[in-house]
Amino acid sequence: MTAHTAVAPATARAPVSGRRRRVAVVTVLAVGTAVLFVLTIAVGSHPVPLTDVVRVLAGSEAVDPRWEVIVHEVRLPRALTAAVVGAALAVAGAQMQTLFRNALADPFSLGVSSGASLGVAAVVVTAGGTAGGFTGDLAGLGRLGVVLAASLGAGAVLALVLVLSRWVRSAVTLLVIGVMIGSAATAVVSVLLVYAQPERAQQFVVWGLGSFSATTWPDLAVMLPVLGVGLAAALLSTKRLNALLLGEDYARTMGLNVRRSRDLALFGTSLLAGAATAFCGPVAFLGLAVPHLTRVALGTSDHRVLVPTCMLAGAFLALSCALLSQPPGTDAVLPLNAITSLFGAPVVIAFLVRSRRGLQGVAQ
Amino acid sequence: MTVTATAPVDPAALTPLGLTTESLDVGYRSRGAWGRGRQHTVLTDLRLTARAGELTVLLGPNGAGKSTLLRTLCGLLPPLAGAVRVAGRDVSHDSALARARRLAVVLTDRVDPGLLSARELVSLGRHPHTGFTGRLTPTDHGIVRWALDAVDAAHLADRPAAELSDGERQRVLTARALAQEPEVILLDEPTAFLDVPSRVALTVLLRDLARDRGPTVVVSTHDLELALRVADAVWLVDRTGLVHSGAPEDLIRSGAVADTFDADHLAFDAHTGTFGLRRPVREEVPATAPPALLPLLERALAREGLAVRAPRTDERPRIQCEASGRFTLRTADGARHPAGFHELAREVRAW
Repeated sequence: MTAHTAVAPATARAPVSGRRRRVAVVTVLAVGTAVLFVLTIAVGSHPVPLTDVVRVLAGSEAVDPRWEVIVHEVRLPRALTAAVVGAALAVAGAQMQTLFRNALADPFSLGVSSGASLGVAAVVVTAGGTAGGFTGDLAGLGRLGVVLAASLGAGAVLALVLVLSRWVRSAVTLLVIGVMIGSAATAVVSVLLVYAQPERAQQFVVWGLGSFSATTWPDLAVMLPVLGVGLAAALLSTKRLNALLLGEDYARTMGLNVRRSRDLALFGTSLLAGAATAFCGPVAFLGLAVPHLTRVALGTSDHRVLVPTCMLAGAFLALSCALLSQPPGTDAVLPLNAITSLFGAPVVIAFLVRSRRGLQGVAQ
Repeated sequence: MTVTATAPVDPAALTPLGLTTESLDVGYRSRGAWGRGRQHTVLTDLRLTARAGELTVLLGPNGAGKSTLLRTLCGLLPPLAGAVRVAGRDVSHDSALARARRLAVVLTDRVDPGLLSARELVSLGRHPHTGFTGRLTPTDHGIVRWALDAVDAAHLADRPAAELSDGERQRVLTARALAQEPEVILLDEPTAFLDVPSRVALTVLLRDLARDRGPTVVVSTHDLELALRVADAVWLVDRTGLVHSGAPEDLIRSGAVADTFDADHLAFDAHTGTFGLRRPVREEVPATAPPALLPLLERALAREGLAVRAPRTDERPRIQCEASGRFTLRTADGARHPAGFHELAREVRAW
């Protein structure tokens, strides 16, 4: 049994085709995201012609000055929010799935979103601050306070689940624990709401349905940098996440400081899930589904490709959902969570049934 | 210790290459309530050496502490006392990253490689060598290729790791360890899930790897007979927690192997280096057979509680086996000619 020195001819070709596939996936997603971005701006209760959307985005004047206002003040913030929050939730989900080595981990399923809701509810009820998605003309500290509270709530739940995950080896048990913590958080929220002013409670319930359309520029001034930090942190930790793919023991023997990596990922995920939830409400499905869909599309779990592509795919899917939540020609705005779940769940199921390896990307 | 720009005496020239343990105690520290640690020592005062270029096999019954020892050697468990040295240098003085460049492992946990190709899985082994972004340089790619070649897995490189057979996956995981370019490779029961041909192939591969490419290879296994045949050195954990070390033949001669593994129904045969079933012999039967068939006849009869003995000069053999495969059984009722060992066994069962 001696090692062959000649490289088999098959090894030279296949990685090229793999790379081609990845380039194709990224290109399609990038173009698709750009198109959807423009469409999301154009569609709404007052449709704006596509050419004018592009003109306003490019910095020139629209035919009708009202369109300029609509695009600038309403539609652009909404599209930006959808794109960035989609990317944030997708990346948070991808990180959690690797961190927990659990295919079903995402900000929503493990109760992180509920933790963020708890944080928001606490601020809304006690301090009387205004969260994004509320009447929301109060920028600055009030906003930051809400984001901070949501992130703290998300982080607390995530840390609790992570601590419990050291004793609980079974992925399913952990998930059930996450759901329990989530419902406990929801219970506390509902208790808190009893003491809130009725209109605040009403607003909170509406916020809980999820929406991309309630953010203003002052909101974005807070949200974009926070999510940017979280996304950048994820991009910088791809090497660590890759080392964790074979489990914590292997990661340790490859020289990874597992605890520090876990803390960093925890921090980044709390920031992403917390801020996204603070402004858009708890959004289901995106964090869970996008990483799986991306893995299957790319054919790899390599985070150096997966994380950036997840951002694109998250933005793409979130924009699609934003588009669907505003049926053109009507004033109705469907709850975002209804869209993400109704249209997302079948897509995920179909994908997973078709490619059985989909779930194996991180499963135990 | 002075630091000079000129090359000092290479410490490796003075100290033995490979892995040594120095009065090493291994076991667990459980963290009790209020921080009171409780120690559970599994093996104590180990002074073992695994030489570079040799395959060292760690043997022992279940629960003897093989995994604990291996996990301590690779740094997943802290030593309770003593030190682990690689090429004379205490690994606990190294950072985790520096240690990963000297020591690599293949663990028992069945990994789920997800959607990684075999090549990508092996590339993970470059972790301690790559920069901040984890980008692989042409040199890294070359080493990944080399590692796959070294385990005869170059043709598997582009296959999804999840679709590999157990034997192929162990080879690829071994390549991942090799890609760390370590001085020492530790493998915890790498043959556990493999069929017999894959076990032999992997074990021989590990020995060749040690011989040809020079790392220290330490493997724990339950595969006694194979290990005793292939290993250059054996660490044998016996039932009392003592660790015997030496060449397989040394341990067989000293009786350590037999003492450790002999059980009610199992007996180690020092001559053949194999284990046999220990069965009570109810009768010795005079029988003859050509040398090529005699061992088979002995096995078949042993299963029926009979032992073969050479017939006395005045005695006709009760079982006669010819080179053509023809059997003759002589009983009080006369001679019979069973076709094959199966019929023979059924005939003699009634004796």
